[in-house]
Amino acid sequence: MDLGPYLLLAALEGLTSAAVLALTAAGLSLVFGVMRVVNVAHGEFFMLGAVIAWFVTAHVGGPPWLGFLLALALSPLVVGAIAAAADRLVLKRLNYDPEATIVATIGLLYLLQQAALSFYGPDARPVPAPFDWRVRFPWFGYSGYKLFVIAAAGALLCGLWLLMARTRFGLVMRATQYDPRTAQAFGIDTDRVYAGVFALGAGLAAAAAVLIAPISQAHYLMGGDPLLLSFVVVIIGGLGSLRGTLAAALLIGVGEGMVSVFFSPTLAKILATLAVALVLVFRPEGLFGARAR
Amino acid sequence: MTKIPVPGTLSRRGLLRGMAAGGGLIAGAGAFPRFVQAQSSAPYRLGFQVHRTGIGATYGRWYERTVNAALEVLNAGGGINGRPVELVFEDDATDPKRGAEVFEKLVTRHGCDLVFGALFSHVVVGTAPRAQELKVPYLVCSEGHHVASGALNRWTLQPGITDVKSQVQAMAPWVSANLGKKVTMIYPDYAFGYDHRDNFTAAMAAQGGEVIAALGIPPTETSFTRYLPRIPKETEVIYHVMVGPAVLTFVKELGEFYSGGDHPAIFGFIDSLEGVDVASPGLEFLEGTHFWEGQCRDLQEDATPVETFYREAVGVDAKGAAIEDPRNISTYSHMFSTWETLFALKTAMEAAQYGGREDGEALVEAFEAMSEMPYSNEHPQGDKIFNGRTHQAFGVQNISKIEDGRLVRVHTTTIEDGLYPDEVDYTTRPF
Repeated sequence: MDLGPYLLLAALEGLTSAAVLALTAAGLSLVFGVMRVVNVAHGEFFMLGAVIAWFVTAHVGGPPWLGFLLALALSPLVVGAIAAAADRLVLKRLNYDPEATIVATIGLLYLLQQAALSFYGPDARPVPAPFDWRVRFPWFGYSGYKLFVIAAAGALLCGLWLLMARTRFGLVMRATQYDPRTAQAFGIDTDRVYAGVFALGAGLAAAAAVLIAPISQAHYLMGGDPLLLSFVVVIIGGLGSLRGTLAAALLIGVGEGMVSVFFSPTLAKILATLAVALVLVFRPEGLFGARAR
Repeated sequence: MTKIPVPGTLSRRGLLRGMAAGGGLIAGAGAFPRFVQAQSSAPYRLGFQVHRTGIGATYGRWYERTVNAALEVLNAGGGINGRPVELVFEDDATDPKRGAEVFEKLVTRHGCDLVFGALFSHVVVGTAPRAQELKVPYLVCSEGHHVASGALNRWTLQPGITDVKSQVQAMAPWVSANLGKKVTMIYPDYAFGYDHRDNFTAAMAAQGGEVIAALGIPPTETSFTRYLPRIPKETEVIYHVMVGPAVLTFVKELGEFYSGGDHPAIFGFIDSLEGVDVASPGLEFLEGTHFWEGQCRDLQEDATPVETFYREAVGVDAKGAAIEDPRNISTYSHMFSTWETLFALKTAMEAAQYGGREDGEALVEAFEAMSEMPYSNEHPQGDKIFNGRTHQAFGVQNISKIEDGRLVRVHTTTIEDGLYPDEVDYTTRPF
């Protein structure tokens, strides 16, 4: 294939993975930013999102887009509710102690994964795409659905930014992030904020998974890769910085797409990990993170 | 350890239990006359290492179902050496480390005479050393060339399924004569995929063909489009063989990539679509393409009574799906290996007059003395010969074409097409 089309394909692939990655990592970053909790179970919320998408699409009749839209609406809600419950039942009782919550979320990871194995089974199951439309470039065909994923993830991220910057909930969240004690003194119920943020973070992962499920199917072990890549993105972008997360997701997603197409996906993973190491050594707060106060 | 009651210590309850068991045996004698005549009527316990979870779960589910069906047929026919047979299943999570642990558990905790059933080559390679350490026979149903290549040990045998080297060698002449000479291979980037790459490359070269590009894809990959531009333009045949949960994604993305127009001829190993309906949405482009099949998933027009017997026993419909659920597609080209392995075991255990674990070496030697396994209810995939030196079975292979969403057989190879010179003589190796 000639260089031009080759680049086009690499860019499209990169943008698709960057879009999904940005959504997933934004959830992880938000939870850390506000709650200072390193959520190791984040990948399992992602997996649950895809599994619930399968349940919804498999049990709703009618055209595929209907089931898909329902899944896109329901799945983040259900996963968010599970996350809020986990926050109330587990994290709150640990007083959000950083070390204890890491161990607790590792436990949560196994609980969710094994629950999916028990109730959903070990098979990868396909989730139908909402529409079957293919873009026919002169050199290769491309799934129109992947273009939709890029657009939808972009729209969701814009929504997240509006929520953070323009709503009362966003204001309360930022206040809690800045200084929980003062926020409490001003009458903010930080417990509710924490539960809301944990639910929002998990919901973002679930939404990303609903978008990717028609491409990569739903499987109980699918949470590992997004978790790892989200950590890579969040570390490079700076923990708690949404802008940094977005920039790092684009860098990692598109960079990985390019390197995978031209060289090999294994090399792309090696480079991403190397980038994490370099950032940790030379700029531990991340490219966009604020230095510790 | 078994408890042997010391005379005089038999309790009343124990006595009653013994009488009840004896009565049961006498009552049951009419139904199972052959079991009672054996020296010991205690059942043989055979361990089955099953990929119930992990990336091999689809195969595991069908391996378990098939071997259970075979067990029913076996026990209804009098078991082995007149003794009934029990299977003990343990899930290895398709993980090599767990595989070795499970092997040990089956042998030491459950007291199994031997272990069989593993498919994924990394599990087999990870488990085989434990078989040697514990000196317990290990019968694999994996297709991998690692048995016949001499990489494993004297306790490891593959009597139920042909290895990849033989399969691809038998495919190459047909592919080069009917589809094209310039081949691009797409395969999983680990041992199983290398068996395909190395042996098919050599086999094509022998036919005057050439593998012009080889794309290894990590087995955990979930997205494939980015590999596809590396398929050279002059490719005449795409040869694909993929495994794991993402196979459907792979084939779909191949279809998307070529949706702009013409595509090269496509020859796949059905592994790329085991457990998947070939008529799934997005797979329309496969119409007219060819697949290797170990055993034809769709019931063919000339199906023999053996084929219908086997299909009915396992509970598979004419489309290759579970009779109770048409969406549950079988792994038809691989699962026969568990059935055939169990019956090969029967032959070998009877030849060795196998009594217990102490006869393990005799059992391996009995296998090594075996040669022909003719097409029958016991060997429903087809005629096979077993090479005792390389511990490997060789059988016929099929090539099917997708016509109207059905896999229709267009060619069957002979056993001779797949034979190659021995690479090892396990009979000279110590136990």
